[in-house]
Amino acid sequence: MADAAVPYRIKGATGEWEVVIGLEVHAQITATASKLFSGAATAFGAEPNTQVSLIDAAMPGMLPVLNGECIRQAVRTGMALDAKINRWSRFDRKNYFYADLPQGYQISQLFHPLVGEGEVEVLVDEKDEGSAKRIGIERIHVEQDAGKLMHDQHATSSYIDLNRAGVALMEIVSRPDMRSPAEAGAYVRKLRAILRYVGSCDGNMEEGSMRADVNVSVRKPGEELGTRTETKNVNSVRFVMAVIETEARRQVELIEGGGIVAQETRLYDPDKNVTRTLRSKEDAHDYRYFPDPDLLPLELDEAFLDECRASLPELPDGKRKRYEAHGITPYNASVLTADVDIAGWFDALLETGAEPKAAANWTASELFGALNRMNLAVGQSPVTPAQAGELLGLVGDGTLSGTLAKQVFEVMLESGQGAAAIVEERALRQTSDAGAIDDIVDQVIAANGDKVEQYKSGKDALFGFFVGQVMKAMGGKANPKIVNDRLRAKLG
Amino acid sequence: MSDLTALTIAQLRDGLRSRQFSAREVAEAYNQAVVAARALNAFTVETPEDALAAADAADATNGNGGALAGIPLGIKDLFATSGVDTTAGSRILAGFKPAYESTVTANLRKAGAGMLGKLNMDEFAMGSSNETSAYGPVISPWRRSGGSNAALTPGGSSGGSAAAVAAGLAPGVTGTDTGGSIRQPAAFTGICGIKPTYGRCSRWGIVSFASSLDQAGPLAQTVRDCAILLEVMAGFDPKDSTSLDAPVPRWEADLSCDLKGKRVGIPREYRIDGVPADINGLWDRGIEWLRDAGAEVVEISLPHTRYALPTYYIIAPAEASSNLARYDGVRYGIREGGESGLDDMYAATRAAGFGDEVKRRIMIGTYVLSAGFYDAYFTKAQKVRSLIKRDFAQAFESCDLILTPTAPSAAFGIGETTDPLAMYLNDVFAVPASLAGLPAMSVPGGLDEQGLPLGLHIIGREMDEQSVLDAGLAIEERAGFTHRAEKWW
Amino acid sequence: MSVNTDQVRHIARLARIKMSDAEIEALAPELNNILGWIEQLAEVNTDGVEPLTAVIDTKLRLRDDVVTDGNIRDEVMANAPGAEHGFFAVPKVIE
Ligand SMILES: [Mg+2]
Ligand SMILES: [Zn+2]
Repeated sequence: MADAAVPYRIKGATGEWEVVIGLEVHAQITATASKLFSGAATAFGAEPNTQVSLIDAAMPGMLPVLNGECIRQAVRTGMALDAKINRWSRFDRKNYFYADLPQGYQISQLFHPLVGEGEVEVLVDEKDEGSAKRIGIERIHVEQDAGKLMHDQHATSSYIDLNRAGVALMEIVSRPDMRSPAEAGAYVRKLRAILRYVGSCDGNMEEGSMRADVNVSVRKPGEELGTRTETKNVNSVRFVMAVIETEARRQVELIEGGGIVAQETRLYDPDKNVTRTLRSKEDAHDYRYFPDPDLLPLELDEAFLDECRASLPELPDGKRKRYEAHGITPYNASVLTADVDIAGWFDALLETGAEPKAAANWTASELFGALNRMNLAVGQSPVTPAQAGELLGLVGDGTLSGTLAKQVFEVMLESGQGAAAIVEERALRQTSDAGAIDDIVDQVIAANGDKVEQYKSGKDALFGFFVGQVMKAMGGKANPKIVNDRLRAKLG
Repeated sequence: MSDLTALTIAQLRDGLRSRQFSAREVAEAYNQAVVAARALNAFTVETPEDALAAADAADATNGNGGALAGIPLGIKDLFATSGVDTTAGSRILAGFKPAYESTVTANLRKAGAGMLGKLNMDEFAMGSSNETSAYGPVISPWRRSGGSNAALTPGGSSGGSAAAVAAGLAPGVTGTDTGGSIRQPAAFTGICGIKPTYGRCSRWGIVSFASSLDQAGPLAQTVRDCAILLEVMAGFDPKDSTSLDAPVPRWEADLSCDLKGKRVGIPREYRIDGVPADINGLWDRGIEWLRDAGAEVVEISLPHTRYALPTYYIIAPAEASSNLARYDGVRYGIREGGESGLDDMYAATRAAGFGDEVKRRIMIGTYVLSAGFYDAYFTKAQKVRSLIKRDFAQAFESCDLILTPTAPSAAFGIGETTDPLAMYLNDVFAVPASLAGLPAMSVPGGLDEQGLPLGLHIIGREMDEQSVLDAGLAIEERAGFTHRAEKWW
Repeated sequence: MSVNTDQVRHIARLARIKMSDAEIEALAPELNNILGWIEQLAEVNTDGVEPLTAVIDTKLRLRDDVVTDGNIRDEVMANAPGAEHGFFAVPKVIE
């Protein structure tokens, strides 16, 4: 992991370069059933052009009607990012011709966005509290998504599917506050987490419900900002980081080679790990924004905003602090709050009365270990929070040792049975009966006179041998603490 | 039995209710008139079977159908009509058959009206003479007196609509008005036409020209007929975000020619140079007629009137340049080129599909919105538009209605006006009300010395169509305008 | 402000209207005529005047989030000059 203390630098022939990064994240509002301005469905993966209304296809005389739930979700998202909500906003037309844009313009918000300035705090290194950094949000505006263009279906034609055309997007524009791929990665992950907590966007980058436009420029530390390029529609955290890396290097080499960086739109090619200029839109853009005359200004009242605020769930940062207050380690706390599903599962476990610290350790090690092995999402866990609570209860009251608990858990994963039942059925309960343990201790000592001599003459390492013998004789069920105590007592 | 095509909608309605004639007889009479008048080029599509079907449905109700049961109407080609060519008078939409029906025409059908056909118009409603239509110009049924047979324009953009009513090819028609497109043709052809308050009629399913200005409205022989039609066309439509959520008044039932207590404003600034004496003369007669009807006449000032046209010619083209971007040869209409890729297809399709005036306005609109010019042109125009709206608000503190001429001239000859600017000036009196979204109507007042109709223009307060119609009725009764174009076709 | 033929060419490009040099030569003076005329707005004092945002001022209504539309592919594609396998087809786009 990048050490936040040492600034990220690109080493060039003329010295070190600082990278300046700003992100425009397009997040689909997946919380709504219908599109931003039409009543067509938004579900992913439908038959081509089946989720298209006459409005989405920009038929002559068709008009947009705003989906209130899209506005509600965008406002809730803005609130979750501590952003200013503008009670008066307006939709503008962004005019350009492209095959995936039926109207010939995208309805967006340039002059008066719905959401103004906000802020997110990210941990660049989740193991290191000191790596916390605040990233500024400049604005969030609501706009229409475009359709999908397919180039590989036919030799001389491109195909257009308008199912996605008109789906609501939130464009979350950050300030150019990031200085390394790690920071950008942490920012996107944190944004994704918050959106998923709020429920406005499922954050599914594979299905494209979250995409980032990556703005990168380089400069010698302390100097003026350089010219930035914008690499469009990067669809994974890993790619975002890769784009920054390769694009920054390209710019450094270009500048050091006497060239100048052109302000342009670029595309990322993951296979070659390079960015290249977007040829289809090469002519200088002039979007001719103006207020959409088919719509009126959007005015929100207090009641609407109050409902949005009241409907917000506990967010990652708040949860993390609550967990830490319960004595959970910062690392565990950040792991357990990183995703809304994990946090939900863990909160359910805490509700069973499990001791937070132990529950956190167990979840972060035992449960996650098992889920990784079976590669399952927490939502698919074969063990419910209630069952896990029961298991931890048995450890807490001394019925199970750590080792036995692991065995029981394995059985739970396979059988789906409850912990207590398994303990009964397989008699896995640990023995704390000092008398019974004493008998075995005596037998082991009697049977290993030579070893006892060596131990007494100072070969302490043999202690473990005696413990092992006792455990072996008792089928691993003896309470290890008592075994230790009795052996020490008897061996003197 | 009298010539059915000479009757007003009110007379047809009464005759149908009292079973003096059948709706089928009415439809057949009009279908024949339409065919016989092809020389006027008023229709782009004829739909006689549609008119007959509606007529038979009306007859089946034995006179108990909807408000327009058995009334056949002409529909401007700007309105989407399900399964019937809808081209906005443009080549780029050649052959386009929508699977949907505009809200306004759907309202008319629900009331029992039938459709005689689609009416010719200036391409995308951009014009004042119907000469920009891809179908060629509409010829006005009117001719100058003294045996001249020079072809005259019926005005525009609703030129086919106006000609159809004036020639007795339809008792009533739909039109649209963005900057005078209902009122100026009504004036040129000696009929009535009203543009209601912006938002009264749903724009859903009407091909957009300039969204913040477009309004549908009726043209018909009489003020009463306009009231009857508008009452059916208007109404709240959740599918149009700019539609007014207000009940539709009973305009026809409440018609009254008694203007006692009403104050009529005469805007000083509308006395402009170069306006023929006939028109100013008619304006003065109009003032007297309204006085005679009980109104008090006051002088008012609309100081920014003279900037209305240039303001309009920034805002309308700007909106149009964006509204017409969807005509790209991908989902409907014609497609050209494409040999060297998508952009080539766009440019070739739009070059072949749009006529000169539409191209001119798209170019102007694109320019005034482009980087570096937006504030100087578009923002400035929207500010002046605020001032024009404020002018009216202030004027309406001292009056209830405003009376002006409808157009600065009578109908002119086809091909006579070639300079775009000169053509734009036709709407000098009509455009201010459009910019302010106010209801306004044109009523015939008399003939000029060439025997051509002239119109009077009444502007009302937001939502006060009733006062506009009442004043129209008062003028109609006093003007006694019964002239009809002599049939030459 | 007046436009030269290069600007007219640029505007035509932005508007995606193919024009021959002759057409552009002819259009430039026409546009300059109109622009010269609309520029009289410059003389209007608009200090402190807000640009008009809504013709009739009413509030924007919010729609309920229900699926009421779609599943009409045939209607949507009925007029398409190029349609294949349920897609709109256009000349190959090179990105
Ligand atoms: Mg972007
Ligand atoms: Zn965007």
